[in-house]
Amino acid sequence: MLTQDLFEGVTPRGKMLFTAGLGALLLLPEVADSYLISILTLIFWFAYVGQAWNVMMGFAGQLSLGHALYVGLGGYGAAALYMHLGLGPWVGMLVVVPVCALVGMAIGWLGFRFGVRGVHFALLTIACAEFTRVAFDHITALGGSGGLFLPVVGGRGDDLLMLRGSPQLYYYVMLVLALLALALCRIVTRTRLGYFWLALRENPDAAAALGIPLLRVKLLAVGLSAGMTAVGGVFYAFYYNNLFPDQVFAMGRSIEILLGPIVGGIGTVFGPVLGAMILTPLGEGASLLLEALGITLPGTKQVIYGLMLVLIICFRPAGIWPWLAVKAGLVVPPGETDLREKGEAE
Amino acid sequence: MSLSLYAGTLSSGILTGLVYGLAAMGLSVIFGVVRLVNFAHGEMMVLGMFAAVVLAAAWGIDPLLSALPVAALLFVAGYGLQRGLLNRFIDRPDHQQFILLLGIAMILVNGLMMVFGPDARSTNVPYGFDAFFVGGITLDKTRVYAAGGALIVAAALYAFFRFSRTGIAIRACADNQLGAAVVGLDVKGLYAITFGIGSAVVGIAGCLLSLVIDVRPQLAADYTLLSFIIVIVGGLGSMGGALLGGVLIGVSEALAGVLIDPSRKQMVSYGLLILVLLVRPQGLLGKRG
Amino acid sequence: MSLTLQGMTWLTRRQVLVGSAGLVGAASVLGAPALGQSSSGPLKIGVLLPRSGILAQAGQSCARAEAIGASVLKGLGYSVEILSADTESNTDTARARAEKLINDGAHVIVGAFDSGQTGAAAQVCEQRGIPLVVNIAAAPQLTEQGYKTFFRNFPTSLDLVGNAFPLMKEVFATTGKAPTKALFLHANDTFGMANKGAFERLFPNAAMPFSMLEPIAYDPKAQDLSVEVAKAKASGAELLIVTTRAADAILIVREMVKQRFEPMGIMSPGSSGLYDEQFYKVLGKYSDYATTILPWYDGKTPLSQQVRAEFVKIFPKDNFEGHAFNIGCTLDALLVAADAHKRAGTTAAPALLEALRTTKLETHMMIGPAITFDAKGQNVNFSSAVVQNLDQRPTVVLPKGAAEKAPVFPMPGWQNRG
Repeated sequence: MLTQDLFEGVTPRGKMLFTAGLGALLLLPEVADSYLISILTLIFWFAYVGQAWNVMMGFAGQLSLGHALYVGLGGYGAAALYMHLGLGPWVGMLVVVPVCALVGMAIGWLGFRFGVRGVHFALLTIACAEFTRVAFDHITALGGSGGLFLPVVGGRGDDLLMLRGSPQLYYYVMLVLALLALALCRIVTRTRLGYFWLALRENPDAAAALGIPLLRVKLLAVGLSAGMTAVGGVFYAFYYNNLFPDQVFAMGRSIEILLGPIVGGIGTVFGPVLGAMILTPLGEGASLLLEALGITLPGTKQVIYGLMLVLIICFRPAGIWPWLAVKAGLVVPPGETDLREKGEAE
Repeated sequence: MSLSLYAGTLSSGILTGLVYGLAAMGLSVIFGVVRLVNFAHGEMMVLGMFAAVVLAAAWGIDPLLSALPVAALLFVAGYGLQRGLLNRFIDRPDHQQFILLLGIAMILVNGLMMVFGPDARSTNVPYGFDAFFVGGITLDKTRVYAAGGALIVAAALYAFFRFSRTGIAIRACADNQLGAAVVGLDVKGLYAITFGIGSAVVGIAGCLLSLVIDVRPQLAADYTLLSFIIVIVGGLGSMGGALLGGVLIGVSEALAGVLIDPSRKQMVSYGLLILVLLVRPQGLLGKRG
Repeated sequence: MSLTLQGMTWLTRRQVLVGSAGLVGAASVLGAPALGQSSSGPLKIGVLLPRSGILAQAGQSCARAEAIGASVLKGLGYSVEILSADTESNTDTARARAEKLINDGAHVIVGAFDSGQTGAAAQVCEQRGIPLVVNIAAAPQLTEQGYKTFFRNFPTSLDLVGNAFPLMKEVFATTGKAPTKALFLHANDTFGMANKGAFERLFPNAAMPFSMLEPIAYDPKAQDLSVEVAKAKASGAELLIVTTRAADAILIVREMVKQRFEPMGIMSPGSSGLYDEQFYKVLGKYSDYATTILPWYDGKTPLSQQVRAEFVKIFPKDNFEGHAFNIGCTLDALLVAADAHKRAGTTAAPALLEALRTTKLETHMMIGPAITFDAKGQNVNFSSAVVQNLDQRPTVVLPKGAAEKAPVFPMPGWQNRG
């Protein structure tokens, strides 16, 4: 029943491809080496946080340019609990996720309460993230700008509880997190709340006229998005084992987070995943290409990357997934579902 | 802490703030008319700064003079960009414009690094280390000239929008796009001119700033953000607001440096931004939109 | 990846190129375990540096050691091959590139200038059992995290500051002048904070002739340091001790000239900035007399002279001294790796690690005794030199054995310079 629901609107071919792809990803660590595993872990991470960002922008229409805030708070929070109280990351999440959700909702509430919209709201999110970055530069208990270093525990065993171990462990953890986020978004968009979000995004005035409690619905989106992102931050802390405010809270990170969903297809559930699967390999591919051509001039890769962004947004402004999904017959094109269902009913 | 420290800090904050304000004005003009948020703003400014450095190094042209050719160069670039690419994006959602301009920004800043390398460069003007001493206060010459230049350009820009036919037409566009089209104005052409003017202003600001600051490609992102803070505080789309916001940010950062802790002064800017967004989201001099 | 390009048929050639690059990449990652397991042949050193992004200036300066090192190391009888990678000043990329380097067959990684990126690379090296020889990265915590494959031939802040105090005293003794009040002005970043911590720990027992005023920290991203300098001037400091990053050093001195702030000296316990080529190019005569106390290259050894000759050949337009520190540190890291390889007689990681632990390298570019590592992988035998900018180039003025000229202290006022 649940799986049926999850795959609603996906064509048999789409289901097959998804299953095959997932199977390949599950088996991959058996054959691939750790470079590929590392890249894929990064892809899953961006797919995951992209999904989280998409809840806020793609579903509820609130543009955030400051999601690094929740990555940083989540990461620093869990790292502090681990180092000072010996609490593992999963326990830490029980603390940082609600905290980040509340922080997100507080920012959202302030913004919505005072009618801050569009670009202005985006700037508000940047300002909050940057404000926190500078603040963390001065928290000496957490290392300040000098950085927070987690001990690297020796021993080869994988410890899922403490999130310590081999690259394969991180690979599977991140894969599962990305899948859970995908499933969660798939489910939520099919609930009442999901339809409220849709109504809100498409036409706020009409949604308000219908009696949808706009503020509460928006805040739920922001809170869910922030809380999910915090989990990404916790993973980041335990994966890298060191945290610097100017790396985790960086505006560059906020931007990287939102590139995936926009390129993949904003407001779609699979878009953030596809976006991450395109962008990270695009960067790596550009490096490989330049290497093959013998071009070593620093900056060339980023120019190519920038050019690709411009091209993608010019030719596929709604993202690649909506176009690809229909073109490759992976989902039933929007509109046709209803017709067919109606036809069957009649 | 002596009085002269405060006076010096204050005056330096005002002078720097005026140049920042001019830079932000370019952003504000573009947004006010074209309704497009130029996320490649700092990158265009750094382009102007590098142009000033090249002209100074090759022919010893003072950045105060090279502001004119650089403005022309950036006008053409901005005009071309709006005509060729951005006009297609005017009615698109914010995030699409954002990605487009982000891509352009990446190309610009990394292109500059490929050409000029990552080292800081200076225009090395002969008066680069001089200062005026007024009473107990030290006023550094480059800042005084840069701020003077900023005021002149701001005045010229104001006069252009107030009195010239094109300027008035552009304002008509900004107030009522549909109405402007109905009375036969070439809206897209005017948008291109506006983007060109905004870019030229940013270019001039870059030249003026190159007197005060050593140029590196990596500066760009910080200046984009700074200009955003200024225009939001002053009022997005308001020219006077940009100057006011610049001075306000300049002064408050300077004072925060003296009173609190220099490494926290950015918090004051962000705090001010958050406060303005909440209390007066249209900005200090902005019109409620 | 080629999916992204479908529908843009006018790009077919690029599509083929990118697509095929992707294939090559995929083939290389999947095929790697089968290849390159031979442990004879040259040592492949992966050099990981921030060549673009905010640290590009320093990263590209360090990278000059690659071209020079290739021929110099060959001349010394080492058999190495250098693979380059760019961290883009980003920890995520640093990690991916470290993985890629090891995949491409790197037996040792050298890098990565910045503590955050070095930490990211250290994760990878630890997991894959590949040694990481750090060229520059000063955060003391890095050698305290428990890595087994981590070797740092760069002093921690405690060493830098600890070495600086006696040398400062020697400057005062040589010139017969000493300041009574000193101010620590530093960037609020990893290095600045580490140096500040070292100051707080070591100063009380250092018996210096001066007292320390309340330190001033500034944002390393700040483009305007006029307030910071005004504050420093108002404090009445006679000696300005700085920890700068790069371009901020220029901003500070520029402001000092404009505000006529003329302390007896500007000294840095080992930060970059005051001896970078851009510092001389931008500031000209005002760059003079600024002093850095840090491990420096020994200009009198044949190795250094050979490196200089290579530099002039490869980068005829640039000044050697402005890059010498970055090159020296990176080259010494390359030498450490190559030496371990030579003694191990194999490129196999366990033997390399063992050889690295027993390193005792006499021939290196920086002043000091033979390079050795303690149990944590830290070289603790550093000697520093006092390097003062004289005639717009960094000049060793102390210790006497290596000195080219005598130190100048106090420095002449800004207006009294030719």
